[in-house]
Order: sequence, then C-alpha cells, then structure tokens
Amino acid sequence: MTAEPDGPEDRLRRFATIWSRAVFPVTSTSLTRPEFEEQLLPLARRLSEALRARNFEAAAGRTVGAALVAAHCTDPEALSRALDCVDAYLVLYCGEDGPGEALRTRSARLQHAMAAGYAEALRERTLAEQQAISQAALTARSAVAEALHDSEARFRAVFEGAAIGIGIADLDGNILQVNGALLRMFGGSEQSMRGRKVPEWTHPEDAPQVWRLYEELVRGKREHYHVEKAFYRPDGTALWTNLTVSLLRDADGEPQYQLALMEDTTERRLLNLRLRYEATHDALTGLPNRTLFFERLEKALAAGEGQRFGLCYLDLDGFKTINDSLGHAAGDRLLVEVADRLQSCATAPGEMVARLGGDEFVALTTGPNTEREVDELAGRIMNALVTPISIDGRDLTVRGSVGIVEGPAGERGAAEVLRSADITMYRAKAAGGNRFELADPEADARAITRNGLTTALPAALDRGEFFIEYQPLVNLGDGSVRGAEALVRWLHPQHGVLGPDRFIPLAEHTGLIVPLGRWVLEQSVRQARTWQERHSGTGPLRVNVNLSPCQLTHPGLVQDTVDILEREGLDAQALCLEVTESALIGADDDLLKPLRRLAEMGVDIALDDFGTGYSNLANLRRLPVSILKLDRSFTRGMQQFPADPVDLKIVEGIVSLAHSLGLAVTVEGVETGAQAEQLRILGCDTAQGWYYARPGPPERLHELALVDAVG
Amino acid sequence: MERPAWAPRSIDISVPSVSRIYDYYLGGSHNFEVDREAARKAMEFMPGLPKVMQANRAFMRRAVRFAAGEGVDQFLDIGSGIPTFGNVHEIAQSTRPGARVVYVDHDPVAVAHSQAVLRDNEDADVVAADLLKPREILASPQVQRLIDLNRPVALLLVAILHFVEDADDPYGAVAELRDALAPGSMLVVTHAAFEGIPLSREQAEGAVDVYKNIRNPLIMRTREEIARFFEGYDMVEPGLVPMPNWRPDTAPEDEDPYSFSAFGGVGRTA
Repeated sequence: MTAEPDGPEDRLRRFATIWSRAVFPVTSTSLTRPEFEEQLLPLARRLSEALRARNFEAAAGRTVGAALVAAHCTDPEALSRALDCVDAYLVLYCGEDGPGEALRTRSARLQHAMAAGYAEALRERTLAEQQAISQAALTARSAVAEALHDSEARFRAVFEGAAIGIGIADLDGNILQVNGALLRMFGGSEQSMRGRKVPEWTHPEDAPQVWRLYEELVRGKREHYHVEKAFYRPDGTALWTNLTVSLLRDADGEPQYQLALMEDTTERRLLNLRLRYEATHDALTGLPNRTLFFERLEKALAAGEGQRFGLCYLDLDGFKTINDSLGHAAGDRLLVEVADRLQSCATAPGEMVARLGGDEFVALTTGPNTEREVDELAGRIMNALVTPISIDGRDLTVRGSVGIVEGPAGERGAAEVLRSADITMYRAKAAGGNRFELADPEADARAITRNGLTTALPAALDRGEFFIEYQPLVNLGDGSVRGAEALVRWLHPQHGVLGPDRFIPLAEHTGLIVPLGRWVLEQSVRQARTWQERHSGTGPLRVNVNLSPCQLTHPGLVQDTVDILEREGLDAQALCLEVTESALIGADDDLLKPLRRLAEMGVDIALDDFGTGYSNLANLRRLPVSILKLDRSFTRGMQQFPADPVDLKIVEGIVSLAHSLGLAVTVEGVETGAQAEQLRILGCDTAQGWYYARPGPPERLHELALVDAVG
Repeated sequence: MERPAWAPRSIDISVPSVSRIYDYYLGGSHNFEVDREAARKAMEFMPGLPKVMQANRAFMRRAVRFAAGEGVDQFLDIGSGIPTFGNVHEIAQSTRPGARVVYVDHDPVAVAHSQAVLRDNEDADVVAADLLKPREILASPQVQRLIDLNRPVALLLVAILHFVEDADDPYGAVAELRDALAPGSMLVVTHAAFEGIPLSREQAEGAVDVYKNIRNPLIMRTREEIARFFEGYDMVEPGLVPMPNWRPDTAPEDEDPYSFSAFGGVGRTA
C-alpha cells in the first residue's frame, strides 16, 4: 500500500512504527521488529477506525488487546507500553482533526477496552496452556504408569509363573508375599504361610550356620546366602529345599527386604538317600555293607584323643557245607537270620554291624571304653548264635569264629585293622572254630610273613633260592650209611634259610608244590647218581624224596619220575618216595594207582610219619608200600634210660607187624646211642637222626659213606 | 533393587524441567511453579535470560529458513522441548510446504505435549529418546516413517549440547549422528558460553549454579570447544558466531546485549 506523505495512511504507519518500537523489546516473539510492526499495523488501523467511528465499539479495543496476546506480548509490560503509546499517539496520528476532547475520551475508552481484551485473552491463554501442560504431564504419567503396570504385570507373571518358590519378607521376618510355587511346595495356604515369621521356620536338621547366616543378612552384614534347608510342611512332613536368600536394598542402599528363592529338592534328596542307602547296604540282609563299614571304621580310627575302637570279625564255621547241601536259598535265609541276630547285638550308640560279603560279618564298637565293650560284644555275638536256626523245618546249629581287634584311634588304618581281624578270625578257625580270639601282633606278623612268603615263592624257584640238604639213613645192623633223605631249604633273601615246614604248606596251597617237587626230585636223583659213580664199591646209596599230597594227585607224577630217572641214568631201586600216612588215609584206587606203577618199576614207597594218623592197619596190606617210617614221637621215649616200656612194646609190635607184612622199618629222630641200640634190638632196619648226622650238603654224606667204607 | 533398563523413568513434576523453564522465559504458561521458581532464581543473576531464549528462537528461525531455502526439507530437532510458537515445523512448512519434522526429547511431559500439538500434523512427529543414544533415535518408527536418511537432513541441536557433560561424550553422539546423515545435511547448533554474557563471570556462574541445583547442569563451553561439534561439516557463512550475528535480518546493534550470550552456527556436510 502506497502512502501519501503525511496522508492518513502514512500517519497510521508512523503510529504502528512507534508502537512496535515501544513494545518489541518486551515481547517474546521470534519475529524481527519490522515483521512485528507488520503484525501491529492492522491493529493500529482497527484502533484508528474505532477512534473515528460514529458510535463507540468496545469490541475493537478488546480485539486489539487480545491480538497483542496472540502476538506473544504476554509480558504485562507490553500492555502498559501499548496503552502508553495509544494514549500519547493515537489521537495525534489518527484523529484526522476531529473534535479533540471527544477523541481523547474515545481513545481512553478504547484503552480500557484494550486492557480488558488483553487481560481476558491472557487469562484464556494462560489457562489453556496450564491445561495443556497439566494434560501433558498427566498423559506422560499415565504412559509411565501403564508401562510400570506392564512391567509390574510382567514381574507378577514371572513371580507367579516361576517354577521356583519365591517369598519376600521384611527384615523383622514378617512374610509379605509368597508365590504359587512356594505354596505348592509347602502345601499350605498363603494365610498360613504369612502367619509365621521367618525365624519360626526352623527344622531339627538345620545346619548350624543357617540361622547365623540369616542374622547376618537381616542385619545388613551379608548380601545373600545359599543353604540346603528343611522345612516342616503343615502336615508335618519334611520339605527339603535349596534355599537362596538375598538382601534387597532400597534406592539409598538401606536394607529393606529379604528375598528367598527355593527349589524343592525333597524327591531328589530321597532318591539320593535311596541310592546312597543302596550303595552302602547289603541287598540280602539290609545290613550296612563293606563301603559303609569302611567309612565308619575310618571315622572311628580318625577320632581324637582318648577314643578307641573295637572290631569283631565273624566268619561262620562250615557255611559252605550248608550252602552245598541245602542250596543257596537256604544259605541266604540262614544269613538273613544271622544278620538279624547280629543286629540285635549291636544296638548301643557307636555300635554297628555290617556284612562284608559271603558269610563274613563285622561288628564295630567305638568310644572310650571299647576294651571292655568289645569282649561283651563278642560274647553277645557268640551267644546269639547258640540257638539253632530253623530252615525248612531243620534246626541248623550255626557256629562262628570271631577275630577281635581293639585299640586306640589314630594309630592304624582301616585296611590294616581289618586284616588283623581277618588273620585273628582265621586263628580262631584254625583253633577249631566256635570261639573268639584276640588279635596278637606276633600272630599277625607271622601271618603277614606267611603271606609274603607265599607271594615270593614262584620267583624264588626261578631265581634258584632253593637248595637241598641230605640227612643220612643208616643201617641199624651194621651202622653203614645206606642213603639219605633229601630235605629242601629256601635261602630267603630277607629271612635267611627257611625249613620246609615254613613254605611247603604255602607251596601246597598255591600249587607251586608241583614244579618245586619236580625240581627236588630232579636234583636228588642227580645227586644219587653222583654218589653211585663215586661209591661203586659200597653198594648203591639210595635217596629218599618227599611227595606232598598235591603231587600225589598230579597226573604227571609217574611220567615225570620215569623221565627224570632215565635222564639221569639212575636205577629205580635207588629211589624212595616218602608219602605221609595222612595223605593216604582213605585213599582209593585212583590215588594209589600211580604209586603202584612206581612200586612196580622198583621205586620204594615209604609211609612217612607212620603212627600219627589213625591208620587202618588192615589197610596197610593194600598199599604199595615197602617201608614204614616211624614217627619221632615213638622214639622220644627211648631217649632216656631206662626207656619207656610202653613205647618199647608199641615199637616192637609195629616192627613185628611190618616185618610180617614184608615191610622194612625206618625210625626218625634218633639222637642218642642208647636209642640206636634199643631200636636195633627191637628189629628196626634203618635209622635217621642227629645221632648220626644232621641234614647237610651232599659232600658230607659222601664223607660219611667213605668213613663206612674205610671202617 | 536397580530399575531394569526397560522400566520407564517416573514422572516427578516437583522437579524443575529445563524445557518448561525455557517455556517460561518465552512468556509461556506451559510450566509449573517449581519451574518458574527456578527460572526466577536464575534471573536474579541474569535478568536478561528471556532475551537469550528469544534470540535463540530467532536464530533457529533464521537457520531453519536458511536450510529450507537451500532445499532441505527434512528436519530432526533433538532437544525440542515444549512446543510453544515459532516451532520448527511451522517455520519449515511455511517455507517449504510438506517439509517433514521429527522432534526428539527425553522429557516425557514435553513429549506428551508435543504429541498433543502435533496430533493433526501428518508431516511432523515426536520421539521420546536421548541424544546420547543416536541409534535409538534413528531406528525409531517416527524417524523411519518421516525421514529418508539417503537425502539431506537438517539436524538441530539447539540449546541442548550445553546440557550434556563431557563425561557422557556428546562429541561421540554428534559424530555418530553425522555419520548417519546423507551428504548435504546440515547441523544447526546453539550453545551457551561465558564469552558473550554481558555480566561478570561470577554473576553468570550464579545462573549456571541454578541449573546445577536442579540436576541439569549447564556446561559452558568455549567457542573452540563448541566449534569441535562441527567436525566433518563445512561451516556456512558467517561460521560460529554470537547468535544475533548469524545472517541477521535487522541490524545486530539493535539487539539486546543478552542476545550475544550464546554461539550459533550452521555446518553442512560435503
């Protein structure tokens, strides 16, 4: 719009410029001042028109006042400056020479209306904006509340849906909330759960530290703890749990709640207990087994100062016979009954009974007084077996052998103690059974040595640790040396020279007797051959070799003997095999057949230790025996003078019997000349003993024989 | 127990909010008494604070018009606060009808109000997010819907960077945003600085302390430090200058002395 200089339009613009300059510094608008002035120009025009209008229009003033607010002149100072401006310049620039007084009055009235319109608009705008921002705050809050609600719902779902039991309590132990899983574990109502404080949830099996940890946690000294803990369910049964308790702190780090997470382990625990029970108990008798027994024994042996232990090791006598004759089912029932009886023998605290296997049982007692208690325990055990056991209508008398070991804790290991008990039990058994024996360190040592020798035997044969000594056999008639008995010795690297009584039974037991016997036979035959070569003039020197019962039954006996004789080139007549009387008691034809074969070949068979067994004299006739060797017990009575007349009569009888059967008689253990003379008078043929010579190296026999020859 | 990351912050309108304080300085009533109290306290030290805000708005208006005039029709305004008058979308859309604007703020009340204001505007929207998490901003459905990151965007960081401490690495966030923008994009920044404040340093620090006390510390940076935000951008003439000096429509000499209390500048990526 072009404005004629100082025309009405130009004057209106000038008014707007003045107005905008006055107000602009106190507006908040982001417009520039010229832009702001453009905004004011229509307002100025409105005022100008209203000033000169025929009738006063308050609305014009009000509109302009409101428009100021819309142009962001919200600072009251803007109104003040606007009114000042109108008051001073409106009539001046827009009055167009109208009546001065009336115009000033009109201007004043317009200002009043502007003020009212401004106030009203500002009030409206303020209220609207307050409303808007409050609404925004509310909306934001409800969005947060909704999100919180969602999050809480998620938490609640987690809490409720969790398979693990969750409970929250305050630090005084008041239970505030529990989830469904926890209720199901306990099988109670939420009410019943919340009715009891946390410290009331005790159980006799609580580990000692459980409540100490709890106290530390609720006092804020511990953040969490993890224990295995049992609870009572409302029905009185036990609930076992893996329990984790955590301390919950507030935003400022102050302890506020305790959170318990628990997992029901009752079934797993039962299963474990069952597996553990099965692993530690004997299925047949239900007694603790070897595993559990060793655990207990080790515990007892590890006990402190002043603590002792007593152990009874029981093995039933003759159980194998019962098993073999009545069957395993009966044997099992017998074991069950024995187990029950034993169980009732060991009921005191610290006592236990276990089955080690087969018919072997152990009873253990522990404490400070086991020296007395173990004897009583053994007595009770023996007593418990007195009453016969009825199986299938049969009354079976059960006896047992018990080995007892007693001693202070902390000295020996479990294996050592059990071995001692085992050895002692065997001692009781060897002593006839149905008794108990007390462990004896020496007996143990012997048994242990025996065991050591047994295991060393095979290697000893390979290493050539055996050697043979010969004890001369002397003709009682003329005193000449007729031969010698070969006696095997073991030169043990640690124990020195051991006699056959120390290792032959062991060799018999392990079967090593067969190769060992063959070696002895070989050596002896070779030696006899050597003697023959040297003493061709004095008649053959014979060699006596002992045969063990084991060798007797060995199928290679005859062939081995023949092979050896042929290989060494010795006549069968120069060999005498000695067999103990006990080995032939009750011998049948099968057993005697190899001996007969050997006798037919010309080998002499001597019946050794004659008179110690209960020989059936009538039986002598059918044995392929040519010599009786009288046991040394008969000759012992002749060592003194005068000789025991009963012994004399017996020997005389035996000699007479032997001779009438065509058997020669050899006596052992001749130690004095009187003895020798006596035996000669009684008609004995050959003698052997220290009176003539102790067993010695083969050269020694050679010397003796030479003496004979010269003599 | 710590608040899980996905649980929202609670709304506490008893705590002053910088965006509502800003509104108060601009003569608005989108504020509560706590906000006004804090604003008045700051004004005790710097009575001309409203003029700073006004100059800030005027600068933004010129910058947006400039960007629109240069052909940019997508605007990402982070730290937009409470929409009052002369908002980015109004300026941009009056210059270039159809221009698209996404506002971003982390103040839930500001976001809620923006949603109300923008309800009927197809081409503008608001995201509740934090400047320090650029990936969340860029991946938001609003940005995905309205902004084509293959074309130039004007990124507005107006009066926000001076609320981010160095420890939170504002430079890293700004660089990450830059790297996501297409060539030809612009960065619009205003940032408070002691250099232009027509008061003694002590007095100005009194106002700064007010913000510290409302847990929204105001980080004053030097011009050099502010210039580093433009790394990777070519500065548009006249560079980083006191706000009234940036492409003024009227003589800067006429401006209120407080208007010079902050630097403003626009950069453009090659």
